[in-house]
Amino acid sequence: MSTIEAQRQTASDATKSTSALRRVLGPLANQLAPFTIVIVMCIGLFILTPHFLTTSNIKGNLVQMSSLAILAVGATMVIVAAGIDLSVSSIVALSGVVSAKAIVAFGVGIPLGLLIGIAVGGVVGLINGLLVSKLGLPAFITTLGTLSVCAGAALLITNGQAVYGLPAGFGWLGTGEVLGIPVPVIVMVIVAIAGHMLLAHTTLGRAAYAIGGNARTARLSGINVGMVLVTLFVISGLLAGLAGVLEASRVVSGQPAAGANYNLLAIAAAVIGGASLFGGEGKILGAIIGATILQLISNGSNLLDISTFWQSVIVGVVVILAVLYDQFRQSRARKAGTHHP
Amino acid sequence: MSAFLQMRGISLAFPGTQALSDVDLTVERGEIRALLGENGAGKSTLMKVLAGVERPDAGSVTLDGTAIDPRSPKEAHAAGVAMVFQEMSLADNLSVAENISLGSLPNRLGAVRWRSVRKTAAAALAQLHVDIPLGTKAGELTIAQQQMVEIAKAVTGELKVLILDEPTSALTETETEELFALMRRLSDRGVSVLYISHNLEEIIAVCDSVTVMRDGTAVATHQVADTTVDMLITEMVGRELTDMMPKQSSEVGDVLLDVRDLVVDGKTEPVSFTVRAGEVVGFAGLLGAGRSSLMRCLVGDIPRTSGQVLVNGQPLQPRQPKDAVRRGLGYLSDDRRASGIVGKLGIRENIGLGCLSLNSQFGVMKSIQERRLAEDTVAQMRIRCSSIEKSVAELSGGNQQKVVLGRWMAAGVDVLILDEPTRGIDVGAKTEVYQLINTLTAAGKAVILVSSYLPEVLGMSDRVIVMRGGQITGEHPRDGITSEAVMYDATGQKRSEQLPPLTTADLVMKEHQ
Repeated sequence: MSTIEAQRQTASDATKSTSALRRVLGPLANQLAPFTIVIVMCIGLFILTPHFLTTSNIKGNLVQMSSLAILAVGATMVIVAAGIDLSVSSIVALSGVVSAKAIVAFGVGIPLGLLIGIAVGGVVGLINGLLVSKLGLPAFITTLGTLSVCAGAALLITNGQAVYGLPAGFGWLGTGEVLGIPVPVIVMVIVAIAGHMLLAHTTLGRAAYAIGGNARTARLSGINVGMVLVTLFVISGLLAGLAGVLEASRVVSGQPAAGANYNLLAIAAAVIGGASLFGGEGKILGAIIGATILQLISNGSNLLDISTFWQSVIVGVVVILAVLYDQFRQSRARKAGTHHP
Repeated sequence: MSAFLQMRGISLAFPGTQALSDVDLTVERGEIRALLGENGAGKSTLMKVLAGVERPDAGSVTLDGTAIDPRSPKEAHAAGVAMVFQEMSLADNLSVAENISLGSLPNRLGAVRWRSVRKTAAAALAQLHVDIPLGTKAGELTIAQQQMVEIAKAVTGELKVLILDEPTSALTETETEELFALMRRLSDRGVSVLYISHNLEEIIAVCDSVTVMRDGTAVATHQVADTTVDMLITEMVGRELTDMMPKQSSEVGDVLLDVRDLVVDGKTEPVSFTVRAGEVVGFAGLLGAGRSSLMRCLVGDIPRTSGQVLVNGQPLQPRQPKDAVRRGLGYLSDDRRASGIVGKLGIRENIGLGCLSLNSQFGVMKSIQERRLAEDTVAQMRIRCSSIEKSVAELSGGNQQKVVLGRWMAAGVDVLILDEPTRGIDVGAKTEVYQLINTLTAAGKAVILVSSYLPEVLGMSDRVIVMRGGQITGEHPRDGITSEAVMYDATGQKRSEQLPPLTTADLVMKEHQ
């Protein structure tokens, strides 16, 4: 009996100290687990290979993860509102080729060409949003449909061939540097900060959490649920468009088959970072950490000579573990809720 | 000789709370025992221990001379204990017969023996004198029928103890009477019934004895004949509650809401009424009378077929609730969990949900202002919480309801529609809700109070409108209103006809005279 009481005492002490920790670390608390994984992975790679902690490798990692991180920001926003956007990987391809084609075939300037590419993503996002909110179609199927449509459109526009012949200036966005910092990394940081502000400090963000947590309540409280969903899908589309032109710029060509893996990876990054597929939970910081973990898996495998086939397996397992953890958290939360019927 | 059911020294701790401490409970064969107490008093938890849902840290249970220690509801069922939960656990897409045998579908090598399934179900329903077609999908049944199916499921085994957790909160008076008759039949057959309820009148009407719980302990057990409502309430809350419905009439001002010939698609006939500033207009009626549909249509949650609605003299044609909220019309739904709170968000966010535009500029949240508003609301509503950042899911039902009410207070709506605002919350929280209604009307707001709990509508309203079958069948001023008059309008029966006994409502009315 006394041991049970002692255990109970320790348990309640533990709860107390966690809550104190939570107060101190504030918003980081929920990201603590994934953040720890990043640290552990970095330390591990540092020990295992001398090539990890070099300026060029760190820089390379940041550049490589930038598109994924941008997509993960969009994915998080949609997932927070209990939606899902599976169309992003082919938006990446479509916006890249449209941008390249506009410049090569129609002679528009580089900035305008890039904007057109981004806008294409926004239009697809708008279509997704309208189909989901106005016609009440499930987001899963709707965006699966536009995924296929966009993939086909990218191939149709280019006849399946990559678009070459772009002016050298087109490559600046993907390969240039400002004050020694690669441009894609700057873009990623700006998107992350803007995304964080949007989700954490605007009415749109608050509405997204409310809708994801309980759409009926959100509606009755006077939130324009349809409008919010459309906006979130448009943002997700625009960010996919941005990632698309970044990718195109990096290889200075429009590749109709670009972005193939990004769907899974973007959603994985969001979920690893603590976004719940049940909606109502998720943070931009988490998505960035999630993208970092995925990048480290890829970089680590390369440095340690693990085959890309295994990388795919590892990523899949990590994703399943992350979803499992989410499920576990949800059921624990539900249980805690039932103590006060 | 020892008692039929004996629970001894039951203790159970959850992280942060001692849910049960050293509880004893003794129940005789065939006894109908009420468990009474405020939310969080431990009634449901104690019953979950008995039903194998929770495992106690300490204590023992003996049933019919045998010690039992059920580790799952299935083991409890095998021992003769069944519990019908507040939330129905039927599979909506399966038939009544399938549901009754679910969990132990008779089969031969995995192939279901349908004839045996139907036979079992028919026998169980016949035993309860309940007539529900076996092939009906559970989702198509009324809540009362679903409950009967749940009970039928329980009696497929050798039932010794039946536990009912707040079974009547969604039932009409007639359905409640039927349930009570069923409880008595089971009791005559030697089944002990444990009945969790907040409703004192019902307890007095149907139970033999009552155990009052408070803060995880059993405070007292009485024979119902030896007790009074006042006594029970005092024991339950640990303090005197002199007046359950502290109605204060306010000065009545201009018409704030003017509804003219409103028709809700397929739900109501043309309905007209007005609500004035400072007034509480009660909507009484049986379930399905169209009251909730009417209210949801008023705020634009469901479409309107025809008619006109004026708010502050200006026409309102909301396409969604947002439009109504913007014009100062708020709706507190009758289902707190499904459409009242956002469980994943904190108290602060939940309160701020109705006034996002008030707490922001150009779409950016003004977090200091939002926090202050939430803190003021928590203080004003006396929401018991350690911090406004706490998740709303951790609060008790009564405090959750106060958060939703606080949302509308913070939003500053002129007309607040409260749909069953005290359903499933304890007596203390109920009184606080009533006091908040007073606060609203004193501030010149108008309140529409939809409630199936007659004493509440009569006790708190300045005017009572009665609905039946989508029509307004009566309107009564506060002075001289009687529960009988309202029931005649609600049931559509004439005075000369025989009415079902109004025991439950009458009791409370008498308490107040």
